[in-house]
Amino acid sequence: MSVEIYTPQAFHRQAHDALGNPQIRGNFRKAMDGLMTKRRDIFNDWDLETLRELGANIRLRALAKLPDLLEQLEANCQANGIQMHWAEDGDQACRIIREICQARGAKSVIKGKSMVSEEMHLNAHLEEAGIEALESDLGEYLVQLNEQTPSHIIMPAIHLNTDEISDILHDKTGTERTRDVDYMTAAARQQLRERFMSADVGVSGVNFAVAETGTLCLVENEGNGRMTTTVPPVHIAVTGIEKVVEHLRDVAPLYALLTRSATGQHVTTYFNLINSPRKRGERDGPEEVHLVLVDNGRSSIYQDDELLDTLRCIRCGACMNHCPVYTRVGGHTYGTTYPGPIGSILMPHMLGLEATQDLPSASSLCGACGEVCPVKIPIPDLLVRLRKEAVGEGRGNVLGAGVKRNKKEVAAWKSWQWMATHPGAWRGGTAIAGKLQVMMPAKLGPWTDYRTMPKPAKTSLHALMKRHRQEKES
Amino acid sequence: MTPVKLYPPKPEKVYFYGTCLVDIFFPEAGLDGVRLLEREGIEVVFPEDQTCCGQPAYTSGYESEARAVAESQLALFPEPWPIVVPSGSCGGMMRTHYPALFAGTNSEVRAMEVAGRIFELTEFLVHVCHLQLEDRGAPEKVAMHTSCSARREMGLAETGPALLAKLGHVELVEQARAAECCGFGGTFAVRHPEVSAAMVEDKTQAIEATGTKRFVTSDCGCLMNIGGRFEHQEKPVQGEHIASYLWRRTS
Repeated sequence: MSVEIYTPQAFHRQAHDALGNPQIRGNFRKAMDGLMTKRRDIFNDWDLETLRELGANIRLRALAKLPDLLEQLEANCQANGIQMHWAEDGDQACRIIREICQARGAKSVIKGKSMVSEEMHLNAHLEEAGIEALESDLGEYLVQLNEQTPSHIIMPAIHLNTDEISDILHDKTGTERTRDVDYMTAAARQQLRERFMSADVGVSGVNFAVAETGTLCLVENEGNGRMTTTVPPVHIAVTGIEKVVEHLRDVAPLYALLTRSATGQHVTTYFNLINSPRKRGERDGPEEVHLVLVDNGRSSIYQDDELLDTLRCIRCGACMNHCPVYTRVGGHTYGTTYPGPIGSILMPHMLGLEATQDLPSASSLCGACGEVCPVKIPIPDLLVRLRKEAVGEGRGNVLGAGVKRNKKEVAAWKSWQWMATHPGAWRGGTAIAGKLQVMMPAKLGPWTDYRTMPKPAKTSLHALMKRHRQEKES
Repeated sequence: MTPVKLYPPKPEKVYFYGTCLVDIFFPEAGLDGVRLLEREGIEVVFPEDQTCCGQPAYTSGYESEARAVAESQLALFPEPWPIVVPSGSCGGMMRTHYPALFAGTNSEVRAMEVAGRIFELTEFLVHVCHLQLEDRGAPEKVAMHTSCSARREMGLAETGPALLAKLGHVELVEQARAAECCGFGGTFAVRHPEVSAAMVEDKTQAIEATGTKRFVTSDCGCLMNIGGRFEHQEKPVQGEHIASYLWRRTS
């Protein structure tokens, strides 16, 4: 398997390649069908709408108080013995983590799953400084071995099937070629166990940071999170500033929504609540715990009362699992850390609209993402908002606003507007078939590659209604 | 979850908003919708100056153009009668997005008032007319595609099937992934033609796999997309707007 660099600028080419790859399409279709079914089945015994409403309100309340809650979190974490760090962007966060590692003379880092660390390209940064960073989440481990990036935020290696995984493990670690999943899992487990024991620093993400108690919550299934945060002498947790919640009691409903929405589980195998470094007399746990709070564009989203809703996200991936576009093209096609619908509304803030201009339009606005979002983010509305920003019709709050505006398209919409606000001209136009193409927003070339050309009817509804009225009157 | 909506008693008069796709490509569907309403004893008023609800520009981000067009449509419904729209996506635009589109403008109150009177055709036939149908057609199986806007934006996944269930000789067949988008999405089909094509291909396969030779939908965008794909492949499956289907089988 060749190493490929995916970028959001190449969305169209990457989509073309993915659509032409039966392996990728089969892998995603099967995986997403399974995840959709699991989610649907598990919410049966819950009052889903009540729980979603609660989840959305918890997130909205936390965001409404975000600056205060972050200060409270800092104070309580420090009181618990957790060392606090603030990073304005990914580079600064990388430097902070590298310096913590270097202060301990660390040579090897073991990582639990963390999308923020993907967002800031932490592994590459540490490697440049001569520090090896190994992923310990099985999916992350596989994509790292395969020199790829995750294609999903919860299931990073979901684009791979059993045979491909067997090949990767065989080629990179010398295991036997097999389709025996238990064998492969056990082999990876063995390989990772040794690395947990020898790592100098463990780096993890955070699912919820509780301001009230200074608690870091970590949701996981494989135990890699627990190992990462307890075995090495130093634990560095890294998170976006939006992951803070106000109370410990807020966590239970969010956790219930997260696991059900993501993988259709009532609970995960592990749920870690981290309060402090190892205390006197305790037998395990790190000597130091650090929390790095990363902004990286989030506070600029926070300034806008519409876009703010993006920050409600609890990273369950349900919008990807249910998105008909994601299901067909897969996560790599988006070329961004966060793919799918949430990525299309989040990444423009991180990378700017110039780089990501094709993402907000890569949705049919079918609404499936908004329907399943456990915290009710109005993703379709935010996609439209970013389309507005891209053509210079928004508030101009997003980096690169207006980049997609072009004279041809503006002229097309202006002429459409003229027709649609001049009823006489409209009726004249609709009455004359064939002249209608001037009203179309764009050429129909791509349409007719796959479908027949829609034929304007001989008699428009306006004309039919006129005749209908006359018939009734006579 | 279906939004809670209180429905009015059957009125004497309604406005009919044809939508631009019906006007241009499927005018018979519009007329059949009007006939179904008239058969219920309702007088149907068709405002002559109607053109387009503004949705294509709105979802493409061209809000000023969308607003200008939508503003011209707001003036067409001066009387307090219900406004019936034979399309979930135009209905969704007018009911859900008009208030946001006009927020903070002089037309805000008007937009909200109009939005409150918007009914999608199948919704109106089921919940307001309590339509009963006498099926005069031959027995057949039919698939239904409910548009995403009708399903999710308007919460109307049930009204189309409910009408088909009133046809005694028609069996509604179940297709795989019925709730999945057909890939039209207005300008999406033009901006991302390959992804859109993959979506409509799966949709036509799912419909074909039911063994039916006919599908109905209440949205002309989906009809154009799915029907156009069947036609391009020279498959014998025919698509029809649900209004035409209901009228044809009961008149």
